[in-house]
Amino acid sequence: MAWLNNSILEDMGYFSDIYQGIKSLLTGMSITGKYFLNFRKGSITQQYPENRETLKMFERFRGEVIMPHDENNEHRCTGCQACEIACPNGSIEIIWDRQLDEESGKKKKMIDKHIYHLGMCTMCGLCIEACPTDAIKWGQNFENSVYDRKYLDRVLNKPGSKLMKGVEE
Amino acid sequence: MLLSITKNIHEWLFSLMPENVASIVEMTIIAIIYLTGFAVAGLFLVLMERRIAAWFQLRRGPNRVGFHGILQTIADALKLVSKELTGTIKADKFLYNLAPYFVIITALLALSVLPFTQDFQAFDINIGILFLIAISSIGVIGILLAGWSSNNKFSLIGAMRSGVQTISYELSVSLSLLTIVLMTGTLQLSEIVEVQKNGWLIVQGHIPAVIAFMIYMIAGTAETNRTPFDLVEAESELGAGFHTEYSGMKFAYFFLAEFINMFIIASIATTVFFGAWLSPFGITESIPLLGIFWFLAKTFVIVFLMMWFRWSFPRLRIDQILTLEWKYLLPINLVNLVVMAVIVWLGLTIQF
Ligand code: SF4
Ligand code: SF4
Repeated sequence: MAWLNNSILEDMGYFSDIYQGIKSLLTGMSITGKYFLNFRKGSITQQYPENRETLKMFERFRGEVIMPHDENNEHRCTGCQACEIACPNGSIEIIWDRQLDEESGKKKKMIDKHIYHLGMCTMCGLCIEACPTDAIKWGQNFENSVYDRKYLDRVLNKPGSKLMKGVEE
Repeated sequence: MLLSITKNIHEWLFSLMPENVASIVEMTIIAIIYLTGFAVAGLFLVLMERRIAAWFQLRRGPNRVGFHGILQTIADALKLVSKELTGTIKADKFLYNLAPYFVIITALLALSVLPFTQDFQAFDINIGILFLIAISSIGVIGILLAGWSSNNKFSLIGAMRSGVQTISYELSVSLSLLTIVLMTGTLQLSEIVEVQKNGWLIVQGHIPAVIAFMIYMIAGTAETNRTPFDLVEAESELGAGFHTEYSGMKFAYFFLAEFINMFIIASIATTVFFGAWLSPFGITESIPLLGIFWFLAKTFVIVFLMMWFRWSFPRLRIDQILTLEWKYLLPINLVNLVVMAVIVWLGLTIQF
């Protein structure tokens, strides 16, 4: 039986490998099997056009860049252009000028238009990270198809809106 | 009932025309029946695979075309028929066009010997199992031809892997079936079913039969090139493997043949291990037509098992595949064969 000493049969690793292999395969199958049995409860598929009314996208969804305005039509954008610089593909253009500030009576840099080209945006999120005053956020809207690409160029600050008080301090 | 229908048609045909013509007409009718069954089964299996895959992954799967997506694969097939057949300029045209037919014809040939129910078997030769094993090796020629003639490196790598894999795993498939043949003493499929009237062979042969079944399932999955043995088409590495350059209907042939092969592997398992069309404990023995139902039910349970494998296990590397076959399955199989021989010799099988 000397020949057996070196043979693979003597090496118990061979059999424990088989045992471990079968065990891990069965563990894997039991996990997927559990998913299979619970597919109805756990299904994460959204039946989109039917549930359009109730559909709520998940928190971190990146639909488009928006600028929230409050009820007084005020936003938080100071026109600092940090987002414009941060954008790797030039999807943001800030048009600003110096206007008279009513309170202090001095001339001051103010935003005129925050232009966002959705058609060029890669949803990288760098502009939102760069904004020092959290003026822009991710919107949840994903129904962005339009019939002409000019509709993809948007002005984010609403007409007549102005800077929220206390943002600049 | 089915038997009497086929008999009546048979007699009617032979009374209508001379013998030679009648037998040719009869063969044509049988061929048409099998081709239709082939297409329907293929489409159904694709749909089943997609739905089951979805359920394993907590999705819903195709559910828009027709009631719960029943017509989805038919729509897909129509789309594929209407598509242009593209090809590469540098392809070896003759072999390139021939390859899909190799694959699909071998699948059809294998289908012909399966005993769906008592008398519903197109071709009951006395070397049934040998025939099946031989036929299943021809399919790989089609894959090799497809890979070679496409003149595409991905196709060639996929085809070569398929060759390696099929040749290795063929051994295990054949040996595990041989283990069972030791018990039946015949290669003819109808007689193998006959033997199982005393209990399905997986019960008769108890431990070695169960081991043989496990080996058969592993090797059979490898034979059909399905995940976890889908190196042949490994989407992440090879594009689509051997059928990268195929489009339209020719692609559909490969696709259908793949699913039919899965069905065939499952049917062989049903026939050899689980009593083919025999009902459990003979509960519906008086209604022979239900044999088809039992046969398909058992087959689809095994098909489901193969789908379960597919959506559970990651793909193996080529060296792992060969290690599994040559270092594990083959030695176990040989030992198992001897054990089975001893059991049959000592009469230790379980008979009802
Ligand atoms: S998300 Fe990225 S690409 Fe889009 S506007 Fe912001 S910085 Fe530019
Ligand atoms: S959105 Fe933010 S970063 Fe961009 S100009 Fe306005 S304040 Fe500056």
